[in-house]
Amino acid sequence: MSDKIKSDAVFCLARHYRFQWEEAQGGYVLLFPEGMIKLNGGAGEVIKRVDGKKTVGEIVADCKAAFPDVDGLEVDVLAMLELAHEKSWIALKE
Amino acid sequence: MAQQNNGAVLHHAPKPFWLLAEITYRCPLHCAFCYNPTDYVTHTQNELSTEQWIKVLRDARKMGALQLGISGGEPLLRDDIEEIVAEAGSLGYYSNLITSGVGLTEKRIAEFKRGGLDHIQLSMHDITKEINNFITDTNTFELKKKVAAMIKEYDYPMVLNVVIHRYNIDHIGEILEMAEQIGANYVELANTQYYGWSLLNRAQLMPTREQLDKAEAITNAFRKKVGSKMQIFFVVPDYYADRPKKCMNGWGEVFMIVTANGDVLPCHSARSLPGLTFPNVKDGTDVEWIWNESPAFNKYRGDDWMKEPCRSCPEKEKDLGGCRCQAYLLTGDAEIADPVCSLSPAHGVILQAIEDAKNPQLAGQPILFRNDKNSRRLVEGELKEVASPFHALP
Repeated sequence: MSDKIKSDAVFCLARHYRFQWEEAQGGYVLLFPEGMIKLNGGAGEVIKRVDGKKTVGEIVADCKAAFPDVDGLEVDVLAMLELAHEKSWIALKE
Repeated sequence: MAQQNNGAVLHHAPKPFWLLAEITYRCPLHCAFCYNPTDYVTHTQNELSTEQWIKVLRDARKMGALQLGISGGEPLLRDDIEEIVAEAGSLGYYSNLITSGVGLTEKRIAEFKRGGLDHIQLSMHDITKEINNFITDTNTFELKKKVAAMIKEYDYPMVLNVVIHRYNIDHIGEILEMAEQIGANYVELANTQYYGWSLLNRAQLMPTREQLDKAEAITNAFRKKVGSKMQIFFVVPDYYADRPKKCMNGWGEVFMIVTANGDVLPCHSARSLPGLTFPNVKDGTDVEWIWNESPAFNKYRGDDWMKEPCRSCPEKEKDLGGCRCQAYLLTGDAEIADPVCSLSPAHGVILQAIEDAKNPQLAGQPILFRNDKNSRRLVEGELKEVASPFHALP
């Protein structure tokens, strides 16, 4: 596990952020006041699972189950969560 | 996907991610720094209907529009904002109401919440009642505080927009403290940009470089102190920059505006440019054609239109030569490098404007407030002494 992201931690989307699929972009986006972020395929799959209920460990397991052929998935998922937390797109569930 | 553009090729298909609905030009405030057109009074009797707005929202959403700004004038002067917000919510827009707060009641905000409005951007003007009421030519100081509390109560992110000018720039520290006190999540300190009414009042509004540097330093210090709980954007005034802004992030690139009367524009002041016809949705023209095919939206896409020094400039991708409207308003040539750029052959007009703002006689002239009477006078060709230095102002 990463130093910063613990496997039993539970994250939710930051307040006032919205996550949705955008047909016109062919991808997931994060929306917030005055801005938006287009998430690439992998990033979208991770953030999609951030629901304020699943632990980080469960998100990793879920991603592995969904993409069994991808190697080293855990590292990527944790790096994405770390980045999203750093950018304040997601927050630790209180 | 490559797209033809007057012979130039864009290696992508721009999409109007941002749709700004300038839903009415009517406004209870009379701000001296308003960027609305000075002839707005000609567009207050021919506004789009609710049904026409709903069609615009649907058509733009199909093209990928995602962020919706509902602006004006004061959008709350229309009594159908609830309906428009609800439609935006069901279409999946992230919707922003951009308001002075005048007309926001408990009943309306509850309805907006139900309809799925995502955020409310409230304009604030100063920490003093005197400056707030002077610059807006209204008595709205206490009301804004009440509205801020209401926004918080309804669990909206608190987004404050403060237009900065000579009369409030020295209070920037106190303005930020006030923002923190009322629990702002985002604060935009928007230095006045000079279009429309603010251009007419430029010498009266423009701060000095010393004032600006000080304000920026105070903002940076405050940012450190307050950390991530409050995001502060400091919009640098381009007159004091060495290079122009990448206006609207590019002409017809991500931004589409539909005005109160239905004109579809790539930027707020595009109608001031010569030789362009902007299609109007009332004529039944669909926004997809307007965005992709209309000559007006293709006019300044890419860099085919550029002349020297922009054409061979190594930085041309960074700023795309700046703002076409500013170039035209200040020089009469829409294709010249934005005069803000120190490499522009017209840069002298900016240096002169900065000098003029230091001239107590010019800076002390009476302000021409944005109101119907002044707009009518400008349309009728009065006030020539104020409007004549600028091209395309009536």
